[in-house]
Amino acid sequence: MKITKLTRLKDQSLTSNILEDAPVPATIQKTPENPKRELDRRRFMQTSLLALASSPAMVMADESIKNDFPVWSTSPGKGLNEYGQPSKFEAPTKRGVAKAYGDLAPGTGSARTPIEKLEGIITPSGLHFDRSHNGTPDIDPTKHQLSIHGLVDKPLNFSIENLLRYPMISRTYFVECAGNSAVNIIAPKPVQATAGTLHGLISCSDWTGIPLSTLLKEAGVNPAGKWLLAEGADAAGMSRSFPIEKAMDNALIALYQNGEKIRPEQGYPIRLLLPGWEGNMNVKWLRSLKITAEPTHTKDETSKYTDPLSNGKARQFTFELGVKSIITKPSGLMKLPGKGFYEISGIAWSGAGKVARIEISTNGGKDWFDAVIDGPNHAFSLVRFRAPWNWNGEPAFLQSRAIDERGNVQPTRAAYKANNAVDGRYHNNTIVTWAVQADGSVQNAYL
Amino acid sequence: MHIYKQTFMSILVLGSMIACTTAQHQVGPNLGQPMSALEIKKLDISIGPDGVGLPVGSGNAKLGAKVYEAQCVSCHGVKGQGKPVDALVGGIGSLSTDKPVRTVGSFWPHPTTLFDYTRRSMPLQSPKSLTNNEVYAVSAYILFLNGIISEDYELNQQNLAQVKMPNRDGMIDFSKEKAVTYK
Repeated sequence: MKITKLTRLKDQSLTSNILEDAPVPATIQKTPENPKRELDRRRFMQTSLLALASSPAMVMADESIKNDFPVWSTSPGKGLNEYGQPSKFEAPTKRGVAKAYGDLAPGTGSARTPIEKLEGIITPSGLHFDRSHNGTPDIDPTKHQLSIHGLVDKPLNFSIENLLRYPMISRTYFVECAGNSAVNIIAPKPVQATAGTLHGLISCSDWTGIPLSTLLKEAGVNPAGKWLLAEGADAAGMSRSFPIEKAMDNALIALYQNGEKIRPEQGYPIRLLLPGWEGNMNVKWLRSLKITAEPTHTKDETSKYTDPLSNGKARQFTFELGVKSIITKPSGLMKLPGKGFYEISGIAWSGAGKVARIEISTNGGKDWFDAVIDGPNHAFSLVRFRAPWNWNGEPAFLQSRAIDERGNVQPTRAAYKANNAVDGRYHNNTIVTWAVQADGSVQNAYL
Repeated sequence: MHIYKQTFMSILVLGSMIACTTAQHQVGPNLGQPMSALEIKKLDISIGPDGVGLPVGSGNAKLGAKVYEAQCVSCHGVKGQGKPVDALVGGIGSLSTDKPVRTVGSFWPHPTTLFDYTRRSMPLQSPKSLTNNEVYAVSAYILFLNGIISEDYELNQQNLAQVKMPNRDGMIDFSKEKAVTYK
């Protein structure tokens, strides 16, 4: 059968004799100007040929369609429930728990976000990283209050019930622990682990709450009040000092996370959010804000969360987080099934505000090309970046490098090491390298 | 004249509505409840580097050794040497070497931090349970082990903040700076 015998069917009805031998109508044009007609013609040809091959010989038995469907399509699903959970097939999507002192202090350490298993920019509340210093308190909101005192005209207590009556704002903010990615700085050789294990002290949520400035204006801050001490109601009584300028600028007293009340591990019933500043300062289970003339020099702003230099001095109050990005797919411990097309996907953020650009290298920083920022790009939020990549099957070194709106460029590991003490570990915002081996396995690498 | 008045009032009302909209986050319902002096005293346990907030009390290293044996040694090791958790003693003079050892003695710039943290956070299984005299005593013991005060020095609310820590001038104030950038 010559193909020209069938092309004419385009202009005939379905009931026509498809084998009728007739000349091709002059109206059918195989031209680039008419691509849709050409496509329709081919589709019709395929359908017709299939029908021709099967229909005359088919014995029509009286069967149900059930056997053509999987079991979940042929029996009723589970009943309605009050609080939805992820699919049981997603059970491996969970936080990695690292107890700093083992069972001696089960509430001290971190639970890390599995960033390599997540997409978009919002971290599910139950997967938001948790860094706690002596466990998660079980706070009864009717017995908790926020006290604002110190250098104010009117020291005030705010019950949770009353706080819920204040005008609120919603903002998408990341929170990153200052100790995130520390292992990539202090380990002499790259530790082979997932992106979440190495860099999972970063999460991002839609937070709703009251601008701290509203409450401070109600209390009336004295001109001598230049700092605040935020204190948590947990067993550790976590406390941090921060300047009044930040408090009045964009500090948030958050009550909601991703639409529901803040999870206990994130500070239920209220936490402080200081957008773009190191995670430890975003005090959870907030009970007290004391306005002071000077910083208090608490344990977590002297002995910890300071950045030691090689000359023996240490930078103190290094609040703002540096510009940073991580490729989450492909990433550590993954295995590419073979050469061909892959999407490089990752997250970027900056304590300075917005991310301006993300560049990708597949050859360890020799050449760079721009990734696309996909979706929202809010200040102090994660952004999702994407880039297409055709893997030729040879070893590759995948890197991402973020640049923020202030022009800060994500530095190299070597630059960090040269500027900090040998055991410096906080504020590691350096470029992450994933080495793709010829067999497709992806490893953590230092370049 | 009447119409003029109405228009004028409308503009006023409209103006105040706009003001409310733009200022909605500056104006709250003013629901804060006044705190009494007693409430503040009970709530505020923080101690600044000037020693303001230190409670009445005292203790020395000899008494502190007993508190340490009972409450601290299982985690911080004999004489504050550490293991399984952080060392509290040693490392003075090591910060600029290839093997810096950061402890209360070598790294903490303010003695008030030691008192504040011990009282609010320690011991881990029963935080806030030590008496003020016990906190003075065990603080004195840690300072004594680091060679900063003598064994019989009576630490109290008057003199604690005056203790000069070896790393008192070791911090660079970065609070007015932006994120660290590398050249």
